[in-house]
Amino acid sequence: MRRRSFILGGIGLGGALVVGWGVLPPRSRLGTRETLPPIEGDVSLNGWVRIAADGKVVIAVPRSEMGQGVYTALPMLVAEELGVGLAQVRVEQAPIDAIFGNVAVLTTNLPFHPDQEGTDLARASEWIVAKLARELDLQVTGGSTSVRDAWQPMRLAGAAAREMLLAAAAKHWNAAPAQCSVVDGEVRHLDGRRLALRDLIGALREVPLPSEVRLKRAQDFTLIGKPAPRLDLPDKVTGKARYGIDVRLPGMLFAALRACPTIGGTLRRVDPAPALAQPGVVRVSTLPGAAGGAPAVAVVARSWWTAQHALEKLHIDWDEGPNADMSSDWIFARLRGALGADDGVTFLERGDGEAGLARSVLLVEAEYRAPYLAHAALEPMNCTARFAGGRLAIWAPTQVPSVLRHVAARAAGIDEDKVDVTITMLGGGFGRRLEVDFVPQVVWLARDVAPAPVQLLWSREEDTTHDFYRPAAVAKMKGGLDANGLPLALVARSASDAIVSQYVKRTYPSLAGGASVVDALDKTTVQGLFDQPYEFPHRHVAHVTHRAPVPIGFLRSVGHSHNAFFTECFIDEMAIAARRDPLDFRRLLLEHHPRHRAVLELAAARAQWGQVGPGRAQGIALHEAFGSIVAQVVEVSLARGAIRVHRVVCAIDCGTAVNPEIVAQQMESGIVFGLTAALYGEITISGGRVEQSNFPQYRMLTMAETPRIETHIVPSDAAPGGVGEAGTPPIAPAVANALYRLNGRRLRSLPLRLAAS
Amino acid sequence: MEFEVNGRRVSVDADPAMPLLWVLRDLLGLTGTKYGCGIGACGACTVLIDGRAVRSCQLGAADAAGAKILTIEGLGSEKRLHALQRAWIGHQAPQCGYCQSGMLMAAASLLGQIPHPSDAEIDAAMTNICRCGTYPRVRAAIHAAARTPKDAL
Repeated sequence: MRRRSFILGGIGLGGALVVGWGVLPPRSRLGTRETLPPIEGDVSLNGWVRIAADGKVVIAVPRSEMGQGVYTALPMLVAEELGVGLAQVRVEQAPIDAIFGNVAVLTTNLPFHPDQEGTDLARASEWIVAKLARELDLQVTGGSTSVRDAWQPMRLAGAAAREMLLAAAAKHWNAAPAQCSVVDGEVRHLDGRRLALRDLIGALREVPLPSEVRLKRAQDFTLIGKPAPRLDLPDKVTGKARYGIDVRLPGMLFAALRACPTIGGTLRRVDPAPALAQPGVVRVSTLPGAAGGAPAVAVVARSWWTAQHALEKLHIDWDEGPNADMSSDWIFARLRGALGADDGVTFLERGDGEAGLARSVLLVEAEYRAPYLAHAALEPMNCTARFAGGRLAIWAPTQVPSVLRHVAARAAGIDEDKVDVTITMLGGGFGRRLEVDFVPQVVWLARDVAPAPVQLLWSREEDTTHDFYRPAAVAKMKGGLDANGLPLALVARSASDAIVSQYVKRTYPSLAGGASVVDALDKTTVQGLFDQPYEFPHRHVAHVTHRAPVPIGFLRSVGHSHNAFFTECFIDEMAIAARRDPLDFRRLLLEHHPRHRAVLELAAARAQWGQVGPGRAQGIALHEAFGSIVAQVVEVSLARGAIRVHRVVCAIDCGTAVNPEIVAQQMESGIVFGLTAALYGEITISGGRVEQSNFPQYRMLTMAETPRIETHIVPSDAAPGGVGEAGTPPIAPAVANALYRLNGRRLRSLPLRLAAS
Repeated sequence: MEFEVNGRRVSVDADPAMPLLWVLRDLLGLTGTKYGCGIGACGACTVLIDGRAVRSCQLGAADAAGAKILTIEGLGSEKRLHALQRAWIGHQAPQCGYCQSGMLMAAASLLGQIPHPSDAEIDAAMTNICRCGTYPRVRAAIHAAARTPKDAL
């Protein structure tokens, strides 16, 4: 047995780093008038705000709209400080620029326990990583960080713009700025005079950026904290919203592809003739695997159906490669073996876990597992590209425009500044569109048909069988109770593959040294296992990273998606062993965590915990993820051998709820996503191939199966937490816990199957 | 091949086997109707033919020839949204929005047949897949649209 420890608290990061504190304040992300491309008649005020000739306030949003509401929530931050209503706002996708890099996506992924937040060590590490984030220019939508990252810079951008409006109006009236204010989207003088924004454009060109700005106090907010209709919805109910597959360019061609069905296989040969014989087919291209993608054969034609139809005529000879015998059962056997053979890397040590177990009077032990999962965004992977005039233009539904540009430039063999990226609406992301495997494919196709633009669209079957799957995982959980049935120790050891080092390897191969160090710091393996608030005197959490050839990636709530199931089911098992009510047992473990307790109590109260009709049972789960705390109480029954979830009561403390309507939407969304995985989600591998290919085999929850969902938000004016993913983790354990109370059977494997237990 | 799409007669030169979905998207430039699965399982491609919901990825162009087709682009007018579209906004139903064209067309077909559907009737008719989980809001929006007086439709 090997034993290693890589707790970040143990790295020798010294106090010297603290000196740099404040050198890079959020103001450095304000940008300049030049950051936003100038448009005739408009005036840019900083990197985020432009006043248009028609008096509209144009707000640059540097994150991708994939359903989570960033095109509304982020402009609200600017509009609040600026003093304009959302009706006066126009959203524009931000260009790629360093001020738009997502700092929070890196700082929030440091492997600190939430109890360590605010310590010198945590702040020093965050400072270093924030600096790295700026230098990498990581324009990423992910990790539920959009509002958290924008909270300071976008409010500051709004406040700075407000100061400029006041200065310009004061100059116009020959008055003092203090006599002016911005109200309802116009500037007003104390004496009642008013100026529309469009009448200030000339004066605004002469006003310097302010050297100092003040942010509103929470009690003065007029937009933040109140439900506001989403700005992106009118176009989404009329068919006008443009997704990746809706890009239409003059002379555009369409491409379909077939990637090697066996993981790790290669193309031996293909005869293009049968496809080329089809009317409307332009060419057949073979594409090497790159950026994590598999080698593929593509057909380019005058319509997508023509391309796909011709592709099906080809007989492709694949070399199945080294994994032709691989199965998911084999991978699970290896993960279980790894758990027995390796103590793994310690991510949390409080007290002494093993000693705590040894001193326990009652021991609880269980093994849990979770399968591979596919993202199944409803808009299949696609991308459009054109090589013309020495430049490469790309249109993509992507969560990572800056990574995409980097990978596209590398595939094209040109400099990044010769690549123009346009982000479209995303027909779902869920982490799949953090990947750029389709980018080299479309770049090479665009080169083959240059100067014609080409749109590559994968079939649903390609999308399902060539995903970057949520890693399969197993965990051994051990708990100890003392003679009074009080919790004494919790020891968890899990095994799975680790995502981050592989993501870096496929996107920035030049940075891909030191994979084992990256794996040891990869919080995604243990998030949801090591970072939960329960106050056991003795805790130990370790992870064994075990490589498998299956491509893995970030799926909504990432490690939390399975680790919450392991943790919250096991807490329930301990409660039952202790002969305590699961709600009471959790209260007992949260003495010093009042925010968590309050969320738990709110969910329990609104769900009338303990009161349930005949034939039904309740289950509860609590989980902290992405800076928010969520509790869910579910009500389930069994009907004709199937699990039926009737009601979900969800409580959340997400700090300031910038737009409570979007928070509720995201809770509903996260719950349906998590329930789909809990009841049906499973990708299996046989003969080195993914066995599921379309929705009949990779089943989705439908309207008829969707429970009633109600969301209750804990009032708070703390800084915002993330909401895009936090609703997902608790639902699977809440349902499993309810099933146990219903029929006395503990399901420890996802998806939840009555017959398999 | 001739169709009537959103009240306009159109003529296209298409392979008779090409599904209507691709005729609409790639030949007629009507991109509001989406591709999701290609096997009629997800409903993202739903359009109305003679008032009834049809999954356009499953209907060959030759079989659709001569039909009266309504797509999301023709559901409401420039000046006035359809009652369902207004209810969709009122209930803040869409998230990523990709499946919503199909959802709206399926709902329009449902209300055409059952003006005041029950929850069970909505569940039975609305089999479209939404990966964002908008189902509860879609259901509420259908009820709201059903309550809209007929002359306001």
